[in-house]
Amino acid sequence: MSEFDQLYRELILDHYKNPRNHGLLEPADAHAEGQNPLCGDELAVTVRFGDGDVIEEIGFDGRGCAISQAATSMLSDLVKGRTAEHVAAMPSQELLDELGIPLTPVRLKCAILGLGVLKLALHKAKGTPLPEEWGTSSRDLVLE
Amino acid sequence: MAVTTQPKLDTERLRADFAVFDELVNGKPVAYLDSAASTQKPRQVLDVMRDFYEHSYANVHRGVYRLAERATTGYETARRKVAAYVNAPSEREVIFTRSATESLNLVAYAWGLDNLGEGDVVVVTDLEHHSSFVPWQYVAGRTGAAFRVIPIDEAGELRLDALEEIERDGNVKVVASNLVSNALGTVNPIQALSSWAHERGAIMVVDAAQAAPHRRLDVQALDCEFLALSSHKMCGPTGIGALWGRRELLEAMSPFNLGGEMIRSVSAERTTWNELPYKFEAGTPAIAEAVGFGAAVDYVSEVGLDAIAQHEQELVEYTLERLAELPWIETYGPPPARRAGIVSLNVEGVHPHDVAQVLDWEGVAVRAGHHCTQPLMTKLGVSATIRASFYLYSIREEVDRFVEGLDRAKKSLG
Repeated sequence: MSEFDQLYRELILDHYKNPRNHGLLEPADAHAEGQNPLCGDELAVTVRFGDGDVIEEIGFDGRGCAISQAATSMLSDLVKGRTAEHVAAMPSQELLDELGIPLTPVRLKCAILGLGVLKLALHKAKGTPLPEEWGTSSRDLVLE
Repeated sequence: MAVTTQPKLDTERLRADFAVFDELVNGKPVAYLDSAASTQKPRQVLDVMRDFYEHSYANVHRGVYRLAERATTGYETARRKVAAYVNAPSEREVIFTRSATESLNLVAYAWGLDNLGEGDVVVVTDLEHHSSFVPWQYVAGRTGAAFRVIPIDEAGELRLDALEEIERDGNVKVVASNLVSNALGTVNPIQALSSWAHERGAIMVVDAAQAAPHRRLDVQALDCEFLALSSHKMCGPTGIGALWGRRELLEAMSPFNLGGEMIRSVSAERTTWNELPYKFEAGTPAIAEAVGFGAAVDYVSEVGLDAIAQHEQELVEYTLERLAELPWIETYGPPPARRAGIVSLNVEGVHPHDVAQVLDWEGVAVRAGHHCTQPLMTKLGVSATIRASFYLYSIREEVDRFVEGLDRAKKSLG
């Protein structure tokens, strides 16, 4: 199999060209946005909960490479029916296994962008503390 | 009409100076089209650095022994070379820094914090690298000065007509612009900006990181107050850059980093600063890197800056010609005559990262991303572009491989 076919395997291209759960939900119970500082890609994720904080619906929108878009699309199918608590603690390896493609460290960031934004949305909605390793800056520069 | 003959570059001979071109990527010779990010290093520069470490190395300025003298001579000779390279009136006006970024931060902090306040205006451009944009944005925020951005037109060139409106916002104190845009290759009208700035009593700060490798620099002709450049973008090592500044301004400024060589005397009651340029060189500097920077200045000067500029313009023209065959390519930036060796573009329907990935499999190295120019990307309405950038060792065959790779990316992903 060529390197192209390994990375851009059929399933990935299908999710890229026909993303599942595309478009933001309104209203939504959880919402977050994020960027990949490497390439400036942007992603927004919205979630609606059913009984027992189960993720009933999920919608995303944004711009990014085939890997980030396909990974987020696959993720959106993967997490439906799971509880917010479960997904907020989901190891990224589970998504990477689902993707099943070889990723360099730079492309790894593309692949897990959607998961990071989804977790952020869930933590914000549930008021749970963000994982320490995210270390967000509280003193961003804002000019009037 | 005078007939001028441009000296042609002998790229084949020059490429032999760079061992990296023997390297295979995926079984193919590397087509290195990312020189705007950092250039490859010729043997001549590496040899000088190795020789320096093996025969002349010690810390600088302090030791009375022979090795320390040699090291100091090497370091100060490099300063003289950089000073000559930018046509500085005095080598004491050339400060070694870690990078062009640090040079620009030095000016923003050491000059800006003392000289800016409410009612003042800091002017930058839409084309700035974050390293020129953000230090001024930050210092404006700290001092209460207004922060204004000169917009670009559709060709990616500065709209100087917007200056009229900008100056209504207060006392213009600083104009900061790059001489060559790292994202689009636009060559900016620094002299016009300098005159405008000076008429209003403002200083002109030039980011020449992207210009220094490719064209003659003359701080006196540019008529600026400060100019920043970097070694690694012009065949030299990383970890060293330079700031040129007008002596009277540098002398009046507060220091930037404190300690080491920048000190004259210290007591609990009073500490005084060393003379120029050491006042701004705290701590042990990057000594061998400075020597390597000097060797890079020699190398690039010997190849000839006019010939380099001409060579790159030919490559840009050729690339744009080839790309014009492809209707699904959008290119950004001014016509070849007004740009340096950079071509920024997008492939319709394919994300730049995916394009760069396909190109890598063909052994073609380009940059895909925002090029540390997010405000510019926003203006262009894109999140990223693909950027091919050339240098003295770049050849047409590499452009051909680049264009073929774009075609492959479009066919498989577009």
